[in-house]
Amino acid sequence: MTTEFVPPDLMPALPEMVMLGMTCLVLVVDLFLPQEKRGFTLLLSISTLLLAVLAVGAVAPSSGSVSSFGGSFILDQLAVVLKIATCVVTILVFIYSRDYLKDHDIYRGEYYVLGLFATLGMMVMISAHSFLLVYLGLELLSLSLYAMIAFNRNSLAASESAMKYFVLGAMASGLLLYGISIFYGITGTLDINAVSAAIDGQIEQNPTALAFALTFVVVGLAFKLGAVPFHMWLPDIYQGSPTAVTLFIGTAPKIAAFAMAIRLLVDGLSGLQLDWSQMLTALALASLALGNVIAVAQTNFKRLLAYSTISHVGFILLGIIAGTASGFASAMFYTITYAITSAVAFGVLIMLNRKGFEAENISDLAGLNDSNPWYAALLAIAMFSMAGVPPTVGFYAKLSVLQAVVQIDMIWLAIVAVLFSVIGLFYYLRVIKVMYFDAPASEQAITIKDALDVKVILGANSLSLIVLGIFPSLLMAYCLLAFA
Amino acid sequence: MVESIIFYVFAISTVTTATAVVTVRNPVHAALFLVLTFFTSAIIWMTLEAEFLAITLVLVYVGAVMVLFVFVVMMLDINIALLREGFVRYLPLGLLVALVMLGLMVSVVTSDIFVLDAASEPVPKPADYSNTEALGRVLYTEHVFAFEVAAVILLVAIIAAIALTMRKRPQTKYQDPASQIRVRKADRLRIVKMPAGED
Repeated sequence: MTTEFVPPDLMPALPEMVMLGMTCLVLVVDLFLPQEKRGFTLLLSISTLLLAVLAVGAVAPSSGSVSSFGGSFILDQLAVVLKIATCVVTILVFIYSRDYLKDHDIYRGEYYVLGLFATLGMMVMISAHSFLLVYLGLELLSLSLYAMIAFNRNSLAASESAMKYFVLGAMASGLLLYGISIFYGITGTLDINAVSAAIDGQIEQNPTALAFALTFVVVGLAFKLGAVPFHMWLPDIYQGSPTAVTLFIGTAPKIAAFAMAIRLLVDGLSGLQLDWSQMLTALALASLALGNVIAVAQTNFKRLLAYSTISHVGFILLGIIAGTASGFASAMFYTITYAITSAVAFGVLIMLNRKGFEAENISDLAGLNDSNPWYAALLAIAMFSMAGVPPTVGFYAKLSVLQAVVQIDMIWLAIVAVLFSVIGLFYYLRVIKVMYFDAPASEQAITIKDALDVKVILGANSLSLIVLGIFPSLLMAYCLLAFA
Repeated sequence: MVESIIFYVFAISTVTTATAVVTVRNPVHAALFLVLTFFTSAIIWMTLEAEFLAITLVLVYVGAVMVLFVFVVMMLDINIALLREGFVRYLPLGLLVALVMLGLMVSVVTSDIFVLDAASEPVPKPADYSNTEALGRVLYTEHVFAFEVAAVILLVAIIAAIALTMRKRPQTKYQDPASQIRVRKADRLRIVKMPAGED
């Protein structure tokens, strides 16, 4: 029984291959570097990501999509935009985290190697067009993240949160896998196009079994996104991890989780849209309510940002619930801009850290404007953007999601979202108040590191929030193209 | 007929040994019962014509994983009394959860939610059909991308394990072969002249 085998077209996967090859190179080169030359590893890691961005640009289809590996790999406009966003955000993370790692004696090559492998996992998830690859990409991402959290072995809190994330993450992966296996049982295939076609054919005969399987998939997704009631891990893990890792977890993986939601729910299970949009509505409402209300009571800045993430996930879900091309595009816009905004917020926090001092409370920010008005201004812009104050990008992101929701006549949902955003405004403004009007608790004023490169890049990152806020079509055009 | 007898014999022993795994007091016995559970399930897979998976289960789980497990159990001093603490206290809750799960499963299986009509009955393959070959045929062709990603996951697992466990403790002693070879007699041996006894 010989069957003809046509070798798959490898070109669409060029960015992944570049990432893998370069990451292995970083791994080996780092072994032979003395500690004082560790900066070379960072340089090599950043060039890896830049090369990956170039490779994505080189193989990007001018229109439509290219699929390879028997349909299990897809490169469409969505994948191109999200891959570039993931790589760029990861570059920012690597640059911001350098001084933190040095100060805490964890400036080692494994941070970058694991970070690059996590990025590779995200790229696999973004391009996956088979349930199997979605799952494998997710595992690659999660496994790297678990190790990165536990990376600082002298910190008990980090070990605890790594353990927590590992156990809960494994459970969520299990639930997702269970849902996928039931879909496989019903449809007999793992390929996303084939599953979608099979569901359209079977929706009449088998609605309950399909909804049963869908429930598990949605629960797995909600955990990875951090939607209420599957959000419990977020605050603890944000707080317990080294800030350099929190910065990473809080930014790029959100983009990958959004891609996973789109691939599974929109590409694969669009036949069950009625069911999943109801489930997501409940999740979004709970996330908006709980995220915004509980954030008010937080004193720890990392926990505050965790609850703020939960409420932002609610907004991203709103865009997906809308179920229209403009809804998906606005959710995508929201996710990417949220990752950029969050990079600024954590970036400023990370610069407040110094040897033997872990800045993580809101009170640590007191008097920041007196000691360093530049960083205070950058953090203020990030806070305004998260709160959704014009002219920052957060305003436009919220507006476009709400527009999409109003377009499908779910005005009540939009009103609820706006009401909870107003509550959210309080705690973002409180951070700004502490920075500008409170006196620092201790005599010792905040000393902040004065690395010029970080200062400039963080400034550009923050400025992009205003530029995108005034000219949203710079990014929105690509988001609309992805769902055209 | 013969197949049914084989199935029931091994299905019953799978369930019995699996129950024994969680009920016996001695952890070594529990591990050995688990070996038996894997073995009997391998035979059930064999009757399903999944020879490759059955053999892999025996080789990997029985041969490697469980041996490692028994080693660990024997090397660690596990306090069984501590493990069993609270068993009675949590028993009612556990039973309740188990009953609810059982009820749900029965209600799902007996209802007509899972219609099997969509899937046709599997046809037995001829005797010379090799499912090892069938797996190999798709593993490196159709699923090559997934296969490579799985390999990367294993690589990350190795890196993570080494990064998290290897550390230089001050009290750890290391061998330095180079200096061991360079050593000369004069460095280690001192000949002391002692005056001979006088008596």
